Amino acid sequence: MLRDITLGQYYPADSVIHKLDPRVKLFATMLYIVSLFCFKGIAALLVISLFLFAVIRISKVPFKFMVKGLKAIMILMLITALFNLFLTPGEPVVSFWIFKITAEGAKNAVLMVIRLVYLILGTSIMTLTTTPNQLTDGLEKALMPLSKIGVPVHAIAMMMSIALRFIPILIEETDKIMKAQMARGADFESGNLVQKVKNMIPLLVPLFVSAFRRADDLAMAMEARCYNGGEGRTKMKPLHYENRDRAAYLIIVGYLVVVLLCRRFLPFPM
Amino acid sequence: MSIILDKVNHIYSPGTAYEIQALKDVNLKIEDGQFIGIIGHTGSGKSTLIQHLNGLMKATSGAIYFHGKDIYDEDFDLRELRNRVGLVFQYPEHQLFETTIFDDVCFGPKNQGLSKEEAGLRAFEALRNVGMPEELYYQSPFDLSGGQKRRVAIAGVLAMKPEVLILDEPTAGLDPAGRDEILDLVARMHRERGITVILVSHSMEDVAKYVQRIVVMNRGSVMYDGTPKEVFRHYKELEAVGLAAPQVTYLMNELKAYGLKVDTDATTIAEARASLLEALTGIDSQKNDFHR
Ligand SMILES: Nc1ncnc2c1ncn2[C@@H]1O[C@H](COP(=O)(O)OP(=O)(O)OP(=O)(O)O)[C@@H](O)[C@H]1O
Ligand SMILES: [Mg+2]
Repeated sequence: MLRDITLGQYYPADSVIHKLDPRVKLFATMLYIVSLFCFKGIAALLVISLFLFAVIRISKVPFKFMVKGLKAIMILMLITALFNLFLTPGEPVVSFWIFKITAEGAKNAVLMVIRLVYLILGTSIMTLTTTPNQLTDGLEKALMPLSKIGVPVHAIAMMMSIALRFIPILIEETDKIMKAQMARGADFESGNLVQKVKNMIPLLVPLFVSAFRRADDLAMAMEARCYNGGEGRTKMKPLHYENRDRAAYLIIVGYLVVVLLCRRFLPFPM
Repeated sequence: MSIILDKVNHIYSPGTAYEIQALKDVNLKIEDGQFIGIIGHTGSGKSTLIQHLNGLMKATSGAIYFHGKDIYDEDFDLRELRNRVGLVFQYPEHQLFETTIFDDVCFGPKNQGLSKEEAGLRAFEALRNVGMPEELYYQSPFDLSGGQKRRVAIAGVLAMKPEVLILDEPTAGLDPAGRDEILDLVARMHRERGITVILVSHSMEDVAKYVQRIVVMNRGSVMYDGTPKEVFRHYKELEAVGLAAPQVTYLMNELKAYGLKVDTDATTIAEARASLLEALTGIDSQKNDFHR
C-alpha cells in the first residue's frame, strides 16, 4: 500500500536520456523550468510541447508512469485554477451571484494548469531516468566550486544521498510495523483527530527506534570502512562528459533560445 | 471449520517496472487443529502467503474463506478475523513500543475490547507461558536482549488467545536453547488448547520434529503438500529448489545404499534410532515391518 507512492522513483530503461551525465540533466531541467515561466504565445507553447514529448519518447519511460506524478498534485492544480478563474480582476465575461469570470482569469487558469502539468512532467523525467545516487553525484560535482568558499559540499551531498536512500527503507519499515500492530488489533483509521494521533504511538515509537538503530548501524559501518569526509576521496565511477552530453547541452540551450525568440517575435495570443 | 484458499494470486506493485508475482494460484485447505509447517527458499512467498490468512494483504485475484465466509466480502469483519488468527511477524521484536513489557503485551487484548483486569490476566498468563521471569514484567522492553524481546512479542500475540497461531520464522537468530523453548511452547499450545498452528521455518529438523503437515513453497506456488515423510521423500527435488531434507533422511538413504535395511522415511532422530536398532539387531521395535 504505502510502497506505491512514486517518490522520485527511478524507472530502469536503456535510453540516451538515462545515460546522460546527471549534471546535464540538472542543467537542462533548470533551463526547462525557466522556459516554462517565461514563454509567451502559442508558438512557444508548441515548441515546448514538442520538446517535452520528444524527450519523453526518447526516455522510453511509459507515459502512464509520468502521469502518476500528476495525480498527487490534482488538488493543488484544481485550487490554483479556481483561484485564477474567479479572482483575476478585469472585464467580467460571465457572472453569477458573487462569482465573476474574466477573460484574463480564464486565460490565467488554463496557463497555470499547463505550467504545472509541464513542470511535473519535465521534472519527473529527470527523477525517473536518474538514480538518486547519480543525482547527488551530479550535484556534488556541479557545486564543488562552492567548497572553495567554505561550503561543505561533500557533506551535504552525502547527507542527501543517505536521506534519499533511507526514504524507501523507512516506508517499507512503516508498512511492516503498521501490519504487525494491525495483527494485534490496532486501528489506524477510525476515531477523531486526538484518537488518531494517539493510535499512531504504536507505529511511531518502533519506527523511531528502528530509524535510530539504522542510523547508528550505518555510522558504525562507515566508520569501520574508514570514512572520514570528502578530503582526498575518489570516486568509483567518476563523472566525465561524453559527446552525447555536449550535444545535449547544445540542444537544451538551443531550445531555450528558440522559446525566447518566440516570446520576442511571436507573442500571440498572449 | 477451516481456512480455504482458492486460486490465490498476489502481485506486488502491479503495472510498474518492479512488478513481482509473489503468489501463483495457491490452493490450500487448513483444517482446524492442524500443526502445519511452511518451508521454501528465500523469496518463495511464505511471508506473503501468511499475511493473506488474516486479511492484512489482499489477494490480487482468488478467494479466501474463513469458516465458510469469504473474507473479501463487504460485510466481513476483518478485525474480528485478526482477533482469531494471530500472526507473529518475522523479527516481531521490532514492533514493541510500550513503556513496560506488561503494557505491551496488554495492547492486543485491550484492542479486543477486554477490560483492564482481563487484559492484565491474559498478559500475565502469556508472559508466564513464554517463560519471562516475573521481575522483568515492569521493565522497558527496549532493555531486553533480542531473544527476550522476541518472547515478549510472541506473548503479545498469545495474549489475544487466537484460534489460529501463525509464526513467521520465530526462531531466526535465537540460540539452540531459546529455539527449543519457543517451539516447545508452540507445540504445547497446540496440544493443550487444540489451536491451529502454522509455522514458517528454514530449519528442516524443526519442521520434521514438530509439524503434522508440510507445505513447500517454490517461486510463489505450492510445490508439495503432505506429511513430513511424504514431502521429504522428494529430497532430491527439494535440493533442486534450494531446500533440503533433515540430516537423518540423508543418513538413512546412505545406509540403505550400503545395504542396511533401514527405513528411509525416518525424518526425526527418534525414528531413525528405532529403525537403525531394528535393522542392526533384528528387534522389531515398532512391530510392523517396513521392508520387503
Ligand atoms: N512489500 C513488497 N513489495 C514488493 N515486493 C515484495 C514485497 N515483499 C516481498 N516482495 C517480493 O515478493 C517475493 C516473496 O517475498 P516473501 O517475503 O513472501 O518471501 P519469503 O518466502 O517470506 O522469504 P524469506 O524466507 O526471505 O522470508 C519476493 O520476490 C520479494 O522480493
Ligand atoms: Mg519471509
